[in-house]
Amino acid sequence: MYLNCPFCGHRHLEEFTYEGDATISWPTLDSQDIGSWTDTVYQRRNPAGPHREYWQHVHGCRQFLIVERDTTTHSIHKVEVAGPWAGETAPRNTEAKQ
Amino acid sequence: MSGFRLNNGGHIDRERKLRFTFDGQPMTGYEGDSLASALLANGQETVARSFKYHRRRGIYAAGADEPNALVGLRHGARHEPNCRATGVELYDGLMAESQNRWPSLDFDIGAMNGLFSPFFVAGFYYKTFMGPTRHAWMFYEKFIRKAAGMGKASMEPDPDHYDARHAWCDVLVVGAGPAGLAAARSAADAGADVLLADELPVPGGSLLSETTKLDGKTSLEWTRREIATLTKTGRVHYLPRTTVYGYYDDNILGAVERVSDHHPLPQAGQPRHRHWTIKARRVVLATGALERPLVFANNDLPGVMLSGAVRSYANRYAVAAGRRVVIATTNDSGYRTAIDLAHAGVEVACLADARHEPPADLAAEAEGLAIPVRTGSTILAAEGRKAVTGAILTELDAEGRPHGKQESIRTDCLAVSGGWSPVIHLTAQAGGKPQYDAERGQFMPGEVLQDWQPAGAIGGADSLSEAWQQGLQAGSAAARDCGLTPSSETSAPEGLDSRKPGSTRLLFQVQGGKGKAFVDLQHDVTARDVRLAHQEGFVSVEHLKRYTTLGMAADQGKTSNINGLAMMASLLDVPLDVAGTTRFRPPYTPVSLGALAGRSTGTHFRPLRRTPLHDWHVEKGAVMVEVGLWQRPRAYPGEGESLIDAIRREARTVRERVGLTDVSTLGKIEIKGPDAPEFLDRVYSNRMGNLKVGRARYGLMLRTDGMVFDDGTLWRLEENRYLMTTTTGNAGGVMKHLEFLLAAVWPELKVHLVSVSDLWSGCAIAGPNSRAVLQTCVSGTELDNDSFRPMDVKAAEIDGAPVWIARLSYSGELAYEVYTPAPHGEAVWKNLLQSGKPQGIVPYGLEALGSLRIEKGHVAGPELDGRTTADDLGLGGLMSKKKHFLGEALARREAMLEADRPQLVGLVSGNGQPIPPGAQLLDSKTVREKEPPLDAQGHVSSPTYGAAIGKYIALALLHDGRARHGESLTASSPLTGEEVPVVVVSPHFYDPEGARMNA
Repeated sequence: MYLNCPFCGHRHLEEFTYEGDATISWPTLDSQDIGSWTDTVYQRRNPAGPHREYWQHVHGCRQFLIVERDTTTHSIHKVEVAGPWAGETAPRNTEAKQ
Repeated sequence: MSGFRLNNGGHIDRERKLRFTFDGQPMTGYEGDSLASALLANGQETVARSFKYHRRRGIYAAGADEPNALVGLRHGARHEPNCRATGVELYDGLMAESQNRWPSLDFDIGAMNGLFSPFFVAGFYYKTFMGPTRHAWMFYEKFIRKAAGMGKASMEPDPDHYDARHAWCDVLVVGAGPAGLAAARSAADAGADVLLADELPVPGGSLLSETTKLDGKTSLEWTRREIATLTKTGRVHYLPRTTVYGYYDDNILGAVERVSDHHPLPQAGQPRHRHWTIKARRVVLATGALERPLVFANNDLPGVMLSGAVRSYANRYAVAAGRRVVIATTNDSGYRTAIDLAHAGVEVACLADARHEPPADLAAEAEGLAIPVRTGSTILAAEGRKAVTGAILTELDAEGRPHGKQESIRTDCLAVSGGWSPVIHLTAQAGGKPQYDAERGQFMPGEVLQDWQPAGAIGGADSLSEAWQQGLQAGSAAARDCGLTPSSETSAPEGLDSRKPGSTRLLFQVQGGKGKAFVDLQHDVTARDVRLAHQEGFVSVEHLKRYTTLGMAADQGKTSNINGLAMMASLLDVPLDVAGTTRFRPPYTPVSLGALAGRSTGTHFRPLRRTPLHDWHVEKGAVMVEVGLWQRPRAYPGEGESLIDAIRREARTVRERVGLTDVSTLGKIEIKGPDAPEFLDRVYSNRMGNLKVGRARYGLMLRTDGMVFDDGTLWRLEENRYLMTTTTGNAGGVMKHLEFLLAAVWPELKVHLVSVSDLWSGCAIAGPNSRAVLQTCVSGTELDNDSFRPMDVKAAEIDGAPVWIARLSYSGELAYEVYTPAPHGEAVWKNLLQSGKPQGIVPYGLEALGSLRIEKGHVAGPELDGRTTADDLGLGGLMSKKKHFLGEALARREAMLEADRPQLVGLVSGNGQPIPPGAQLLDSKTVREKEPPLDAQGHVSSPTYGAAIGKYIALALLHDGRARHGESLTASSPLTGEEVPVVVVSPHFYDPEGARMNA
């Protein structure tokens, strides 16, 4: 399996680690609602088909990526950057401005 | 059976005679022989005893499908069991041994299993050893395992090397038969980089079993010339002896090249096997077909063989499998065998064709050679005791049932063919479910879900010339898909057979004969077993497989699956496509574990991490230990000093004078950014945002579920720059945890993290004299107690090397941690030791470090086991009430707050004996009076000898432990049989007020 890292390009699975379900929502820290925290920590849907999940390019740029993967065929529909750089979808143009 | 060598023909070199032994018997063969062909040529009938019933078995097939002829090769550390004799190339001096027999192949005690065979049917073990008789299994297991089995592996380490390669290519062609050779040629002609892999030592595949001349040459001469031409282009890399065994995601395939198995020993510098991970843009699968046997009574007698195998032995190896051959076929291939045998001068006593109307041309050819042909007939049963001596033939009715007259014909070799099954294993592994083609009576490749195309038998080619044409097209198409332009100059070799074969009569099984009828020869699964599984309600073929073990042997059912499936389908009265196949999984043929491990063995098994001070430790005679990936010194025993004595001396010296230890392995993360204080407040359970520049603080991190995750210190080096230390073992985990939070949960925080674990060399100097030592070598900061308070962090220099010094104590003594950039590590370390000489400084290792922290009651890995809360560890005070932090909410769950949770306590040994690590804490009275299992009240986490206390002590987690100080318990270790009386005390054994570290 290959992932097209928006920063590093087409790289083999060995460079990445799976980091879990990316559809999970996180309560704010001031929330003391045990139910919603329990959902965040323990409840997973385990869908057969397209799934959004976190992958970290741990042996590369170390960025967290949101990968849309079909769990039944392993085909990758989309790879996006998570976090502050969200929205980057293609390798950055590293050429200096002319 | 009485096989013998033919005088002419075959791709063997009669000039090069090879000597070998089988069970100690000297035999000879020729260069080009397989072990199987040589055994046949030497007249060896029985070559193995069967798995369950210990029945005599002979050579059955000629290729990877061989179910019977498994032998052990070589001796000592290089002994390898379960080698398929059909795939073993003969070499001079080869020594092979039969398996699964005692005392000898000819006289085998285990054959008595056959007498008890009614007990060994499918499901015998499940039924017999479940429920009340379950305990009997414990008793019988070792006998049963010994009786039922394969060869024995060597228990010695493998002396050979294995290699691993990654390869990228435009087109991978699997199989170097006619279709594969054509595909390689057309792809290469178009300019593609081609890998051509084939399991055989020579190119040609099925061509090798043909007698027709190609362009006037023998098939092997022709294929060798073809390979030479192809490789000369520089675009085709040919890999003989290479089995592509698995098709994985994204067109990645696994293959094993048997580099050295055809030599007695690997040649100098050569690995035994080489594993290939191949990333191919396109794959052409030209994997051919395997012949199906028929299931009938006594079909496992030595001398019963696949018809195509008999033909291969005659044409490829110049070996006649018998002197008087009877052939039972359902298709044309039996005729080909009969005709080639007759041409070679071997008597064909009868050819029974299940079809009523054979193709006219073949019938005429057989007649011309005086081969007696019976149509509408087949084999009912084989006769014979040690080997086949006769074949009972029967006529068939329209439904394929025996009827009419039966006749026994004398024979020593019964060749059977039930048709052919394309080798669709890789296509199915690539994701497409096999599709049953009722017209052909074959499972064909299903949907193409990856970038491959079939050629030859798996593409539905019926003749050699059609296979060649398909290969050319597949190679061109593959090249086109790689953006290349195929040329159209290639023509087929002259002489390729283009006759279209007639149809196959689907027969699978002939019922009514007397005797066991085997479906799976390697696992001794009979037709009766399949019926039994059906009777007992097994419907799915996957369940049939697991219940009867059909197809689960080392041959993965290459000769048995289709017959088993067909029988199941017929019992269920459903068509074969409804019954379906079991799932095809890699590997196609067995792969050596050595090849999978490659070079990742021994010290290369995983990365090895060394601190900047590693060489110094080793040079000074430290006893090193692997902790996680790290090499760390346990202790530094002096001349004639035992390890235990060294540990105690080191610990004592720290308490009395001063010691120096390497703490470079601690995880270190540098944190920057305007939101760092807020971020740190969220991830630590205690306040961190208000930490002042130049100060350090102990910190506790919880997991989101509220359990303790890690502890360490946080140093605020500058207004906007922090250094976080983590435990050695959790360094990677904490980094990942923090990165995740910043990426996925709080992307709005402006914080940047860098792992700097390897950039800093760290040492801890501890003991009452530590300040005095630093005062002699540190410049740039005052060190007296008023200027350098506990938890202060200051930048300074030691002999020109920049250092950060933090006054932190793990041992409970006056202590400092000194960090310097890794390149200065050894110089600073040596300088501190030199400066400390007058104060009596010693280096101390991991053991003394651990012992000192246990005396002080500090928790470490054994206590932070993922099941403990902050309060369990006596660290409840670090759960801040002034802010919110990760893990806070779930740490307040009911069960996390219960009073009788395991709590950190100290233990003192009551009898002067060491407290066993991992021991369970039991009520002393219960231990004496009750039968196990007993309820453990807790467990010992970190035991040691407390040098300062002079007793064996331990940290432990005990239910409601804080309320039980003074109680007597028994620390019991069922593993070692030790039982030590202990007294529960506070975990703070040594200087609980902290007077020494603050002095």
